[in-house]
Amino acid sequence: MSQSPSPVVSPSFGIETVGMDALIVRLFDAIDEAHMPWILAADNALRDRFGEVLIDLVPSYTTLLVHYDVARLSQREARQWVGEALRGLEPASTEAGREHRIPVWYDDSVGPELTRVAERLGVDTDEIVRRHTGRDYCAFALGFSPGYAFMGMIEESLATPRLKTPRQKVAAGSVGIAERQTAIYSMRSPGGWNILGRTAVELFDRERDEISLFRPGDRVRFEPISREAFIEQGGDTTPLEER
Amino acid sequence: MATPEISRATSAALVVEATGPLALVEDAGRFGARHLGVTQGGALDWISLGWANWLLRNAPDAAGIEIAMGGLKLQATSRMPVAIAGADLGATRDGEALPANGSFVLEPGQVLAFDQPRAGLRAYLALPGGIDAEPFMGSLSTVAREQLGGLDGRGSALRVGDRLIAASATADTREMPFAPAMPQEEATLELVTGAQIAHFDGASLFAAFNQAWQVDSRADRMGVRLTGTALRCRLGGMISEGIPLGAVQVPPDGQPIILLNDRQTIGGYPRLGALSPMACARLGQCAPGTAIRLSPVSPQQARRAYLRQLALWR
Repeated sequence: MSQSPSPVVSPSFGIETVGMDALIVRLFDAIDEAHMPWILAADNALRDRFGEVLIDLVPSYTTLLVHYDVARLSQREARQWVGEALRGLEPASTEAGREHRIPVWYDDSVGPELTRVAERLGVDTDEIVRRHTGRDYCAFALGFSPGYAFMGMIEESLATPRLKTPRQKVAAGSVGIAERQTAIYSMRSPGGWNILGRTAVELFDRERDEISLFRPGDRVRFEPISREAFIEQGGDTTPLEER
Repeated sequence: MATPEISRATSAALVVEATGPLALVEDAGRFGARHLGVTQGGALDWISLGWANWLLRNAPDAAGIEIAMGGLKLQATSRMPVAIAGADLGATRDGEALPANGSFVLEPGQVLAFDQPRAGLRAYLALPGGIDAEPFMGSLSTVAREQLGGLDGRGSALRVGDRLIAASATADTREMPFAPAMPQEEATLELVTGAQIAHFDGASLFAAFNQAWQVDSRADRMGVRLTGTALRCRLGGMISEGIPLGAVQVPPDGQPIILLNDRQTIGGYPRLGALSPMACARLGQCAPGTAIRLSPVSPQQARRAYLRQLALWR
């Protein structure tokens, strides 16, 4: 579905100083699902090379932030290590990310923009659901709140600007779209995305082995379910706009 | 490391009698999960937390209490050595004035109280061995926005009735070797230049490093806004990328925001670079209205200053 073909040769990468103990490794300059196998491969290679000297590694769309232990490594050495890690990089298999199926109750009460988006396109809400569930999405990066994944790309016709005035409270599990991305609110928080529905799936659960359901590079598909199924899965039907 | 519930209820503790605006359990922070959207957290003025711990011979990154703006009252249930460092919040023991940096013993029933800031913003309280509670992802650091850390593991600030349990029964105290200064009217903050700095125009770079910025009242554990002559960046929108501690980002209004411990893990505004950890600690003590000068440094210079600080605690 991506417009550009998957790069077949190793991308050239840049290394940028961003702080005393942090480098940005830049692989691409545009958002594309085809880039994720390279980002995942770089993530693995950097984790292997830095080992215990790595404090945090944050992949995001086109870059990776490498935060290393400055007591054990100078920035010059860190740059060398990045170069060594990425030499001869091969993209991760397209099957590398895990797959998730996320059941969603699409309904105006929990997804007030469902009708608004449908009206703008001159179609019924079922058609919006069909388009939103019609393809696999890639988790480009996690951020905003624990377990919150920025995913895309949604079909071009669905692309919708963020709300002019963000909501003070968006319920956990709310499924939203903004521009050509989609995401699920992992906890109740303020937010400006257009909400289409709600899932009962817990994205961040400290009692679970995999605390965060999603990791960068995972693939996600939404599945429409009925109100009854949503309730059966433990979903909270409290309308979004209620206090 | 956690004490079983039964002994926790009876072991030596400080009981919270009153709380101020914000008293939080903080340690060095939560690491290794930023790729899952979990922020770093941790003491804003990690140097003062380090000194408070040093006074009790704790590890410099042991969990203590970050007391912002004062208003906290704690009563000891039994004899306990404690230490404080950082901002002068007019601390008293049963009404008797205490130094802003030092260790002392609380006898059973004595009340340790923090009034309000006289110099700096945040005082740090250390208990023997640190604070005994259940860490999450290796840290007790409280992040309210993420509902993580703290005594209850749910990101709550200290509440009346909470019991602070020391991780060790006692501590071998020592004296502060010097009196650390808190920033007063002005502070110079070292900025490791980098990131998108090449995309700012010359006049903006001159303004960035040659004007006195003002610390705005919009300041919290996520970030501190500076006000002054607006900076212009030639870059339009950026694709979001990982953000290091102390990042100095410049949104379209041209007023920098310095991103601190509880920042979001990724962001898409151009940056001049990031403050050194030493400068981040100092910024955590700067009240609104403080005049800030940004001083460009290399990663090597920042690293040397940082390693010197760590060496003081060895």
